[in-house]
Amino acid sequence: MKTFRIGGVHPQDNKQFSAHQPITECPLPKQAIIPLVQHIGAPAQAVVAAGDKVKVGELLAKAGGFVSANICSPVSGTVAKIGDWQDAWGAPGQAIFIDVEGDTWMPEIDRTPDIKQQCTLEPKAIIDKIAAAGIVGLGGACFPTHVKLLPPPGKKAEVLIVNGVECEPYLTCDHQLMLEHGEEIIIGIQILMKALGVNRAIIGIENNKKDAIEHMTKLAQSKLGIEVLPLKLKYPQGGEKQLIDACIGRQVPSGALPIEVGAVVDNVATIFAIYEAVQKNKPLVSRVMTVTGKNVAKPGNYSVRFGTPIEEVIAMAGGVPADTGKVIGGGPMMGRAMDHIENMPANKRLSGLLFLSEAESIRPEEDNCIRCGKCVQACPMGLEPYLLQRLGQLEMWEDCEKHDVMDCIDCGCCVYTCPAHRRLLDGIRPAKAKVGAILRERAAAKAAEKK
Amino acid sequence: MKSFITTPAPHAHSGDSVRRNMLLVILALLPAYAVSVWQFGMGALITAAISVLACVCTEWLISRFLLKEQRQTIGDLSAVLTGLLLAFNLPSSIDWWIVLIGAVVAIGVGKMTFGGLGQNPFNPALVGRVFLLISFPAQMTTWPVAKGFATNYLDAETGATPLYYLKHIVKTGDGSTLGELPKLWDAFIGVMGGSLGEVSAIALIIGGIFLICCRVITWHIPVSIIATVALFAACTGWCGVLPAGLTTCDYVGYELLTGGLMLGAFFMATDYVTSPMTAWGKIIFGIGIGLIVMVIRTWGNYPEGMSFAILIMNACVPLLNKFRPTRFGEKKK
Repeated sequence: MKTFRIGGVHPQDNKQFSAHQPITECPLPKQAIIPLVQHIGAPAQAVVAAGDKVKVGELLAKAGGFVSANICSPVSGTVAKIGDWQDAWGAPGQAIFIDVEGDTWMPEIDRTPDIKQQCTLEPKAIIDKIAAAGIVGLGGACFPTHVKLLPPPGKKAEVLIVNGVECEPYLTCDHQLMLEHGEEIIIGIQILMKALGVNRAIIGIENNKKDAIEHMTKLAQSKLGIEVLPLKLKYPQGGEKQLIDACIGRQVPSGALPIEVGAVVDNVATIFAIYEAVQKNKPLVSRVMTVTGKNVAKPGNYSVRFGTPIEEVIAMAGGVPADTGKVIGGGPMMGRAMDHIENMPANKRLSGLLFLSEAESIRPEEDNCIRCGKCVQACPMGLEPYLLQRLGQLEMWEDCEKHDVMDCIDCGCCVYTCPAHRRLLDGIRPAKAKVGAILRERAAAKAAEKK
Repeated sequence: MKSFITTPAPHAHSGDSVRRNMLLVILALLPAYAVSVWQFGMGALITAAISVLACVCTEWLISRFLLKEQRQTIGDLSAVLTGLLLAFNLPSSIDWWIVLIGAVVAIGVGKMTFGGLGQNPFNPALVGRVFLLISFPAQMTTWPVAKGFATNYLDAETGATPLYYLKHIVKTGDGSTLGELPKLWDAFIGVMGGSLGEVSAIALIIGGIFLICCRVITWHIPVSIIATVALFAACTGWCGVLPAGLTTCDYVGYELLTGGLMLGAFFMATDYVTSPMTAWGKIIFGIGIGLIVMVIRTWGNYPEGMSFAILIMNACVPLLNKFRPTRFGEKKK
């Protein structure tokens, strides 16, 4: 069975808590909080003001630059204010606060459940619709999708790789989406293939989702150019670079984008959003998130309008468990532990909420590095984490750069595997930030020199 | 507003620990130890006991009273393992006070002076062993004859090891002492003379394969060492220096199955702290050890060179760590 060639670890998948829970819709909130940054790139710029009445799907904020995304209203009501807001990790930003009134949608949006098969639009029109809908990657990174569909001059896409892997333990939203909306996803894939000008698409699904593999294979049977590829269960199979390596055997070179090897990768949830935007005129206003954990009363997959306070989503899942040490936004390998759950809305970036007990949240004490080399064996990028951590701690930035610290994808395999419980990433992340800044300075200086 | 724990990702761990790895290695050594007790009797029991106890006590005393450390490390079982491995490298009937000195040197000098586990450049058990070899050459080269459990501890009958005869045979081409060598099968299962833990190739190989399957060690070091030694021995045979009664095939067998080769290849050279971190580093490390041990065995003064070979290559590890893994997306070099 195919898989990526370097490194990787095998965490327990812990999917049993929320797997096969049908997607349940959450009720509308009384007030929606819509942050202006729900994507990689420049913050969106508000086009509404306090007092404005908005409908579901109406543009609230437009993209703030080339790499940015629109934000469309997930609710209908009156804009209360546009002001300062702090996320669950304490990061400051701006958000639009809307007092929700009813559930009135923009008239052009098709809310019927019929599945629309044909798409007669030209590639440019498709990409424009995706941009207008504010679609970003829903796998967690939130890169503006329309930017990904516009390759730089000289680069051509050869294959569309669909990420149905969901390699993070605990999360099951993508799995459930494939089971319940597989047909729409296939149509979305066909639309994307048209937009990219490719005639080949590979849907990668990890082997612990056999029913999804079967279902998608059946749906893709009659579709020209779409194949389903079962992949070996190994983390981080769903990492963009690793997925491309597993599906087409090509490794994206350091510092380059997937388009360099002719690949464009998109998550199944993103593709479902593309179907809705192109075929139903429905912008990105909601997503499926998994609420899970050993102690959660009603773990499952919840469809949530953006702006809904997560406290309300958690209430649907039975409330915060009594024994909770950490609340993680995302999965256990790369998700970020939240300080608090108040004042935090569901948004494009939040793929799930994981509740870990107190015992599960304690990091064991750190020992000396025992030089076992297991971190080197585990790293899917072929790096030497023990060395990068040390160089980072000693602030030897040049050496960090030479040892390819910028290739680190933050997957956490090294820390997961370390027998001495070394805080490897705690030392590597600051090194990446610092070296990244140095590289940008260098590039700017070079550009200034050229002038 | 309730605040939750906010330590950084990842929030999951494999459950692996230093202690777990040490325990698995100790378990892997048990078959060889069983053969040792069967072959050498009381000596095997006493030497191992003293070595382990002395190592653990030395580490604890230094850590608690000399370094005044807050957290004690003897719980990670690395001192127990060093004690066991040191005992494995000694003649089983050696005087108890020599074992004690060896243990104190192994842990005190070989490990604690550098800052404890993870900081030492040389394999501590081998540091202890080589110290004893140089300080007490007579006792360290007096081997009890394996007579089963009944082997006397206090008045053991002594005799030379197979490697001693092998060296003479290869150096001089004189095949008259061929009869002193054990049958290859006996060498394989461990009915022969030698250090406490090195005699049973089969038991050591089983332990080694167990460790590879449990992902405690990788195949790179043991395979490189064994392959290099086998190739070197085969070349020696093909050169025609062997006497009439000894085929190249048998000779390769003896070089692999007698002496400290299997113990060294699977348990000593693979010590985490003193071996390279990368795959290519490990392979070159193994080749280096194989070459040095054969050079010593063939042309050097000592019949066995495994300890020296490993210690010399330990010194090269910082250099070998420069053989870094292939990065994702990098063209193969």
